[in-house]
Amino acid sequence: MNFLETLLNGLSSGSTYAMIALGYTMVYGIAKMLNFAHGDVIMVGGYTLYVTAVTMGWNPLLALLMAIICCAVLGVTIEKLAYKPLRGASPLAVLITAIGMSYLLQSVAQIIFGSADRMVRLFELGKISIGSFQISAYTVVTLVCSAVIMTALTLFVKYTRIGRAMIAVSEDRDAAQLMGINVNFIITITFAIGSALAAFAGFFMVLKSPPVNSTLGAMPGIKAFTAAVIGGIGSIPGAMLGGILMGIVESVAQTNAVIAPFTVAIEFSILIVILLVRPSGILGKKRREKV
Amino acid sequence: MSKLKNIKWKHYLIYVVLIAVTCYFGFFGLQKNLNRITTILLEKAAIAMILAVSLNLVVGFLGELSLGHAGFMCVGAFLGAKAAVALTASMGPGNELLVLLICLLVGGAAAAVCGVIIGLPALRLRGDYLAIVTLAFGEIVRSLFENLPDEMFGGSLGLTAIRFERHYLFIVGFVLVIITLAVIQNLIRSKHGRAVTAIRDSEIASRATGINVTKYKLMVFTISAFFAGIAGVLFAFTQSKVQPTTFDYNYSIEILVMVVLGGMGSLPGSLISAVLITYLNEELQIILTGDLAVLRGLMYALVMILLVIYRNAPGLKAFREKWSVKNLFAKLRRHDPAHIHDDEAKWDRVPTKIMVDEVLSVDVQTKSPYDPDSQWKEDT
Repeated sequence: MNFLETLLNGLSSGSTYAMIALGYTMVYGIAKMLNFAHGDVIMVGGYTLYVTAVTMGWNPLLALLMAIICCAVLGVTIEKLAYKPLRGASPLAVLITAIGMSYLLQSVAQIIFGSADRMVRLFELGKISIGSFQISAYTVVTLVCSAVIMTALTLFVKYTRIGRAMIAVSEDRDAAQLMGINVNFIITITFAIGSALAAFAGFFMVLKSPPVNSTLGAMPGIKAFTAAVIGGIGSIPGAMLGGILMGIVESVAQTNAVIAPFTVAIEFSILIVILLVRPSGILGKKRREKV
Repeated sequence: MSKLKNIKWKHYLIYVVLIAVTCYFGFFGLQKNLNRITTILLEKAAIAMILAVSLNLVVGFLGELSLGHAGFMCVGAFLGAKAAVALTASMGPGNELLVLLICLLVGGAAAAVCGVIIGLPALRLRGDYLAIVTLAFGEIVRSLFENLPDEMFGGSLGLTAIRFERHYLFIVGFVLVIITLAVIQNLIRSKHGRAVTAIRDSEIASRATGINVTKYKLMVFTISAFFAGIAGVLFAFTQSKVQPTTFDYNYSIEILVMVVLGGMGSLPGSLISAVLITYLNEELQIILTGDLAVLRGLMYALVMILLVIYRNAPGLKAFREKWSVKNLFAKLRRHDPAHIHDDEAKWDRVPTKIMVDEVLSVDVQTKSPYDPDSQWKEDT
């Protein structure tokens, strides 16, 4: 029974990671860059929830909608201002700019809101008991929500025109452009969707633990990227699998008193081992490099 | 004769400046005429210079991003401090310099071993993946030192280090800077260094020409880690307590800012920006207190983003070439260096990537003063 509880906790935090990892993996697949600032978009989502739901007293769901819009706009703005001028430049330059962007967002947030934690208590979720077995409603809510979102995303990518254009751009950008796909528009849409998913992840994180500060998204962001790499970057099912795996590992490690302090070390060691054994990740395709 | 011609005084200028600074401050330092603030600033500057130069070897010359430089430093600092405690206990006081020397080697070697360990996955990975692995390494190291049993490395409270008499430690630091610079600059100018920069420009092409990519990547990672470890030992000796939280992700970013600001692939640039940023950090710490301290981070972030976009954006290429310092000076000398120095291998500036498009397409600018056709058009 205890093990089942650990597993469910892992699933719920894993689906949060999966949500963030989806943003990473989509942007990586289409823009071929690691968006380091993605984790900090979560933090911006958290602060938006604070401003709307706590300071202005909005309905939490309306606040979530606002956070999604803010994050999407922010993601697109970052792309236009920082990444678009560097399209075609060396990957190292793009990566350093992305790190700078992440640093910038954290600093700006700290200037506006200070370094103290802000408490965002949206609504109390109780516990659901099935017979003698109790699980927190939070776990159920995250699991159901993320399942719905991920299904919707998969369907969107598979069956809509824009989704198929996304696949085309990630396969071969030049060929897609020749086929009449507006690559800039597709990249913008990708950043918007990825950032909107980050807002959802921020919502779930705030539901779990109310304090919001400027480094809220940094560590989950890195872990989610690790999850995306483990699952195979560029692959949407891979990001989900990697995220959930990450969550379960984390939750199992944290229940064991001896290895609990080393949770972070264990998670990252898994990344290094997986990259050594299978550099393209679990579900990733191996690509032959052409000159 | 031909060898003498190749030696240019300006390539040794940086050594002359460094030695002059060392002698100047060392003279006052040994007479204990320097105040504490200057000494601390000099020690920090020396540490920052070693870190920036060694990171530049990986970022600027190998072209891979390492976000775990503080992790290597952490390994060096803890093992160096531990060795210092053990050595002082066994050898007794009086042998300070010898202890320092042994500790530097121990810390450097430990970090170099970590460099090999992290270099191994690096052989199979590139770019973003490698950046994430080095970042993960930094976090693993930090969390290990924080959570290992207290009697080993002091746990989260930190390890109580042996503090040296402050008045001559910075001289050791500056000597180490000169050694680091000499080793790395000579490496870059050697056959091996050319291979490293070839890997940066095109890994596939260099592999095809028979360069052992595995060997060179591992070598660069090891050397860079070794010097980061040495900087860590030096850091440990300036502190009364070594704490794992010091060596966090932000520290790695700060070193990266130094490298980016100084110019990737420019060693003198790294030295200058390391000193500049250390000085600014000290000054801003006094001015910006409390919540205002964040402004420093904001400034560094903006500098990093704007500089990288300006240096690399394809859209700004024409603007960059028009206003680059080199071309402005060239106009004074009445010739255009862009057309002359392209193939010349310089010591401080390794030939940059040659874009195939540029070689194939002849770029005829109708208004260019160097283009004979345009003058002909103006005449008629």
